Amino acid sequence: MLKELAQEKWSGKINSINIGATKEEGGSRTSVVKIGGQATLPFIFNDGDIPHRPVIAAEVWDIAPNDWSSTLNSELEDVYSDPVSWSKKLIDEFKVDLICLKLQGAHPDLGDRTPTQEVKLVKDIISNVGVPLIVIGCGDDSKDNLILPACTEATKGEKCLFGSAVQDNYKTLVAACQADGHNIIAESPIDINIAKQLNILIHEMGFGLDKIVINPTVGALGYGLEYAYSIMERARLAALTGDKMVAQPFICFSGPEAWRAKEAKASIEEHPEWGKELERGVIWEVLTSATFLQSGADILVMRHPKAISTVKGYITKLMEIK
Amino acid sequence: MALSGLDIYKLLPKTNCRKCGYSTCLAFAMALAKKQVVLDKCPSINPEVKGTLEQASLPPIRLVTIGVGDNKVDVGNETVMFRHEEKFHHPTAIGFIIDSNVGDADFENKIKLIDSLNFERVGQVIKVNLIALRQSGDSTDFVDKVRKVSELSSLALVLMSSDIEALKGALEICSKQKPLIYAATEQNISDFVGLAKTYSVPLVICADELEKIEELSQKANQEGLADIVLDTGIKSITKKIEDLTYLRRLSLKKKKRSLGYPIVALVENDDPFQEAIEAGTYISKYASIVLIKTVESWQTLALLTLRQNIYTDPQKPLQVEAKAYSIGQVTEQSPVMVTTNFSLTYYTVLGEVEASKIPSYILCVDTEGMSVLTAWAAEKFTPEKISDSLNKSGIKDKVNHKRIIIPGYVSVMSGDLEEKSGCEIIVGPKEASGLPSFLKKI
Ligand code: SF4
Repeated sequence: MLKELAQEKWSGKINSINIGATKEEGGSRTSVVKIGGQATLPFIFNDGDIPHRPVIAAEVWDIAPNDWSSTLNSELEDVYSDPVSWSKKLIDEFKVDLICLKLQGAHPDLGDRTPTQEVKLVKDIISNVGVPLIVIGCGDDSKDNLILPACTEATKGEKCLFGSAVQDNYKTLVAACQADGHNIIAESPIDINIAKQLNILIHEMGFGLDKIVINPTVGALGYGLEYAYSIMERARLAALTGDKMVAQPFICFSGPEAWRAKEAKASIEEHPEWGKELERGVIWEVLTSATFLQSGADILVMRHPKAISTVKGYITKLMEIK
Repeated sequence: MALSGLDIYKLLPKTNCRKCGYSTCLAFAMALAKKQVVLDKCPSINPEVKGTLEQASLPPIRLVTIGVGDNKVDVGNETVMFRHEEKFHHPTAIGFIIDSNVGDADFENKIKLIDSLNFERVGQVIKVNLIALRQSGDSTDFVDKVRKVSELSSLALVLMSSDIEALKGALEICSKQKPLIYAATEQNISDFVGLAKTYSVPLVICADELEKIEELSQKANQEGLADIVLDTGIKSITKKIEDLTYLRRLSLKKKKRSLGYPIVALVENDDPFQEAIEAGTYISKYASIVLIKTVESWQTLALLTLRQNIYTDPQKPLQVEAKAYSIGQVTEQSPVMVTTNFSLTYYTVLGEVEASKIPSYILCVDTEGMSVLTAWAAEKFTPEKISDSLNKSGIKDKVNHKRIIIPGYVSVMSGDLEEKSGCEIIVGPKEASGLPSFLKKI
């Protein structure tokens, strides 16, 4: 049979990771998310096992974003001021699998919110929503080293996913996640060697390889998407042929990246030849996200409700094997 | 797949008669493997061996051309499974299916709209390639529409019909434009192959199962048809990804010549988002031609951009000319920003500078198309190189100040650059997105 001739059997597979813990498991989540475990390239079911579907996390900020496009604002503006309602809206109405809370407001230039304020917010979200939580720092290393450990401690036992550990600032976060039983995001700048090196460094601190998720720092459609796409393909091929140091699931911030693109943000008056504004923004997020699913994304972080529901429908179709 | 010198040697007469100009058959074989000489130079080769060698030198996936002139599209001749291994060679041809029973006015508008779908991105024009006219109803109407479309548009055509008489009528009008015929199936294969040969046009062969595709393409090949495109029919996205991947593997890795052809995928969904997502999937996953139904500029822009990304040569990043670009109504006081000549970097900076509405100069340093951080690490974006560009570009004569703005990521070079260039160095933001607010402050 030609199908058998074409089949490829791999010796390695991607690590499985559980995010979120139920009451029985020592947390308080009403649902948990399982990702990874693939023994084949994306959606080639005939070659090997694909135990879990890719999942979508909705990005929620601790402060109201003031530079998001009008297409996003018109959907989400009413909940910007309240991260709990923001989370609930996307969970209840659009069925996202996780909430990705970005503590943007902790940044010294963007409000300099204190660890106490961020801990209170994280606890508020934990007690008001049932899905597992991803928590991302503000990007300022020294500030993140203050707020993130406070948040890992406040959510001890919930098996969240915390980010991001980077090559020159990973120790504090690794130690905090280790102490409080969380998973970690290892972020590398579109470079497979750095991704691997960072995993080794984190692992050398005694942190389990099965609790790391790789953020390969993707670019948007039209803005270097192909670089991360190929880095992810290379990492997957290495993992499937046995390299355990890159055998981690991927998290792709496809939504935030897509909405930085001019094509997603420009008004119809600026670029009439590009077509309808709303649809253009949404398709930019949709196509950026969908393309990374094809290079192996396990978690997509997304923004626009319409884009989320479109990609969710696509994932459902991808996982139908008949 | 190409044979090695030794493989070829085994098939040669091994008499070392030197008629080919080489001292031994082995030397000739080695030269042949490197394509330094043609097979005909050996007069003693037997015809059967000649056939084998010629077969072996064919590309594993055939190159098929649709259309003629400026708008012809080449598809196929791919050599790798993953773009990082080399590159994907011939970008997916993107086209639109139009049913022949639409009203004349709608029909004309649609064609005009399709024709206008081209955009400029990072210095390249990206455009759609095909119009696929599908017979719905009457064959005279179909032929009539074929005439219209070939008058109205110069895009390459796909003729979709199962009615051989209708196709004959259509080909009488447009066979010189080398349209692609869609599609031969198990039921009509001989007739359709005959038709494609008569008019010397490429033909799609369609069947659900890979085995059936192989059987039909062998048959077409035996009957003398070379320009073939394959279609595995309408099925779920996942099945389609598997078909596309498996066909690529079988032709490249298992040397299945009968499957070594470009592949077309049809996508029709009333929801333009689902249609785009599916079409996008097949662009990433090995489809040589994708035909869709929706004609919307936002959808097309997104798909063409994706194709441009996936088919970019990973070894050769897109570059812009290394020089000083003036943006807006510049004056002698306008700020000067320095960046690299990597297209994406330049166009990203350009976008932000335009958005800031502050007339500025952007000086692109020749970094062989590397981005700021990569170029800095590879020593292509050094104080020497930058001060050299400052001098050569003539920018110093265009402004009456000596301040230059460098990307935040390379702030460490400020001191050194100040010394080398004699300019005052201002450290800009790390990301281009920080430029508008930065430019307003200085
Ligand atoms: S002409 Fe043919 S047989 Fe003679 S040496 Fe060359 S390869 Fe060998």
